[in-house]
Amino acid sequence: MQIQGLLSFLTSFAIMAAIYGIFSLGLNVQWGYTGLLNFGIAGFFAIGAYTSALITTAKPTGVLADYVTQAVGFNQPFLVGVVGAAIASGLMAALIGLLTLRLREDYLAISTIGISETIRIFFNNERWLANGPEGLVGLPKPLHDLVPPMYYNFIYLIIVLTFLVLIYIALQRGIRSPWGRVLRAIREDEIMTSANGKDIFRFKMQSLIVGAMIMGIGGALYAHYAGAIQPGLFTPLFGTFIIWAMLTVGGTGNNRGAVLGAFLVWALWSWSTFFILRVVPASFQTRAPFIRYILIGLVLVVVLLKRPRGFIGEETHVSKL
Amino acid sequence: MSILRVENVVSGYGSMEVLHGLSVEVDEGQAVAVIGPNGAGKTTLLRTIFGVVNPWKGKVYFRDEDITGLPPERIVKMGLSYVPQEHNIFPTLTVQENLEMGAFVREDDIRPRVEEIYALFPDLTDRRTSPAGDLSGGMRQMLAIGRALMLNPQLLLLDEPSTGLAPFLVDAIFDRIEELNAQGMTIFLVEQNAHRALQSSDQVYVLEGGEKKAEGSSQEMLADEEIGRLYLGR
Amino acid sequence: MLELLVYGIILGSIIALGAIGITIISRVASRMSNFAHGDFMTFGAYIALVVNGTLLSGVAFLQQKVGPLTFGLGLLLALVPAAILTALLAIGIDQWVYRPLRARRAAPILMSMVSMGIAFAVRGVIYIIWGADFHFYFSGIRRMIFLPMGIKIRPDEIFIMVVAWGLVALTYLFLGRTRTGKALRAVADNPDLARVAGISTERMIVWAWGISGGLAAIAGILYGVETQLRPEMGWGFLLPLFAAVTLGGIGSMEGALVGALVMGIAQQVSTAFLLPTYKPAVAFIIMVLVLLVKPEGIFGRR
Repeated sequence: MQIQGLLSFLTSFAIMAAIYGIFSLGLNVQWGYTGLLNFGIAGFFAIGAYTSALITTAKPTGVLADYVTQAVGFNQPFLVGVVGAAIASGLMAALIGLLTLRLREDYLAISTIGISETIRIFFNNERWLANGPEGLVGLPKPLHDLVPPMYYNFIYLIIVLTFLVLIYIALQRGIRSPWGRVLRAIREDEIMTSANGKDIFRFKMQSLIVGAMIMGIGGALYAHYAGAIQPGLFTPLFGTFIIWAMLTVGGTGNNRGAVLGAFLVWALWSWSTFFILRVVPASFQTRAPFIRYILIGLVLVVVLLKRPRGFIGEETHVSKL
Repeated sequence: MSILRVENVVSGYGSMEVLHGLSVEVDEGQAVAVIGPNGAGKTTLLRTIFGVVNPWKGKVYFRDEDITGLPPERIVKMGLSYVPQEHNIFPTLTVQENLEMGAFVREDDIRPRVEEIYALFPDLTDRRTSPAGDLSGGMRQMLAIGRALMLNPQLLLLDEPSTGLAPFLVDAIFDRIEELNAQGMTIFLVEQNAHRALQSSDQVYVLEGGEKKAEGSSQEMLADEEIGRLYLGR
Repeated sequence: MLELLVYGIILGSIIALGAIGITIISRVASRMSNFAHGDFMTFGAYIALVVNGTLLSGVAFLQQKVGPLTFGLGLLLALVPAAILTALLAIGIDQWVYRPLRARRAAPILMSMVSMGIAFAVRGVIYIIWGADFHFYFSGIRRMIFLPMGIKIRPDEIFIMVVAWGLVALTYLFLGRTRTGKALRAVADNPDLARVAGISTERMIVWAWGISGGLAAIAGILYGVETQLRPEMGWGFLLPLFAAVTLGGIGSMEGALVGALVMGIAQQVSTAFLLPTYKPAVAFIIMVLVLLVKPEGIFGRR
């Protein structure tokens, strides 16, 4: 049935868009509220996904152990996995924050790229941890026995949307709170906010951790949707800069914009998949996916050029002379 | 003959208006001073003339040519030169290189001109190859002025040339300024050291709160008791 | 270990060439960090591949290997168009993208973010035109020269050192002896005063991008000679480049050179204990350590 196919497609689309929406919200806490240039989202993505995977699967035994090695496997339910993902991500953020928060913003950015790449490389090389390049498969889908497999995605969509809405509400309340106001003030002008550098550091750290925990949840949700994860997924393009493009398009500082941007850019990404599969001649098929690099790059450039609203845009330059 | 005319200039930074409709005029060959307390807008006036700051209203004319809002790179080619009060040298460049940069817009051999500047400020000669940032306050000021003189300007704008200098150095600087004026260069300077400024100039404007409070001949001002009380600490 | 040291110096020399470009841009072109620098390196390397491998491939004598080197005059000739085209690319991007942002008084961080978008766009184009496979400038066996103390190096690597440090020396001469070079330094010192003196900062920014792009191209080609060409080759340099500049002191040329050598050596030496794929982590850790202990870097000021 045509409708069936369309609904199915839309559901898959919405699940991914909503998951990315969660990432976008997390980035908005870090960048939109506090001005932290986190170019290492992929790292939190990976931590979240892997933590949930390791928590919710059992350590392989018997014949399977010959093919899959993982360090731990707690075989816990889905929600435990998600919580674990958030905690692990938050802890990683705390560590990263201790090391990098004192850096100048662009050097913080470069550092976070380095960290997220290191995380990916670590998972790739250390087979004992999570099966190296092959990654983990058979990740459990929550509530999968409620409906026939054909309709499962609808259930998952509801699960993801629930998380999205809850996080959104929590953030909206957070931004109106005194805590949120301090964060905004820090972003606007660090010098004027507080004489106490230690306070600013604390707030930045909190913002980094909260954002990271949200991203960890996103990672877990992705893992259980895809059912399988490998290190090769968590690249700068797919795991970091697509989210930056989303936040940029949506307009930063704005939670609604973050989610909207996620849907828009994911639509663009999905269109590009369609374009690659259907329009591009077969001989170019292997190279066509790289069109996404250009897409994301151009989105970043064009949107920042045309509408830098919400960014630390206008710097008043008073001549020194 | 009027060489510089500032007409009803309103200027400031961001949303802060500093000059509220100011007019001054300088005749060729004169030495004109603008005195007044801190925050009067003296530096803003010079910045506005030289294009470092764009005026919100009003006009600036150099020899009847409208230079309002032109960028500094163009104004310097027209015969004006500006010595800022602070950050007025290139600290990592040597003394020699600082002077060379002063004549950047010239394509020809500037070495004779450099030697002339050394003749004017002999103390700089020994420090040719020193980074300008290593110089003492007085030498820096001399270098800053020397840099501005490299293009042999017809009109020299100076922002508080006495800043941070010991009295004997102040005298030395002002002696040079008077020399340059005697040789035909028009001088337009702003100063907090009102006494010395009045001694070295023909005409004076008194600026306070972005507005002209008084103007006239420097000699008369020096003798004026009111001015003396307000600005000369008598 | 000694061999790792030598190899590290070679790598460090390539990093140095890139680090100079980063420093020039950050000091002259409105204090921005050019995150696209690595991809400029890649771009230059691939241009040379096209010029030498395609355009000049028919000319037999240009393909003959020069002495003990693995490549012919063709590649040497290709250095020029590669550098020029990369310089033009950098300048073009500046005029089309960064200049409007400058006119709007955009914060440097915004321009750095845009440069990340540029990086992805350039890389995407390279992926599409050449694909993800490796390419090589030459084929065949790499010969070794044996130096005292049991060090083996390739003649190519001597070539790399000569070219890299030769260009560094040329850059120093340019900045120290020429009118434009001094003007660049003046703008780096005090851009407002430079304008007052009649130096057009916009013109100097164009020069800065041109030099930076040209040096990046050569660095990329040298890396291609040393290893191979792949679309991610320059992106992998980004972290060592910025780590080198940080280590040496942001804004200091000498610092960038020293930092680059240290970074190259550290990364190579680390392979004695860690898997080579962890090299980015080494660069990152060093950078963070430096920033925590001495934030201004070795030669830092300001």
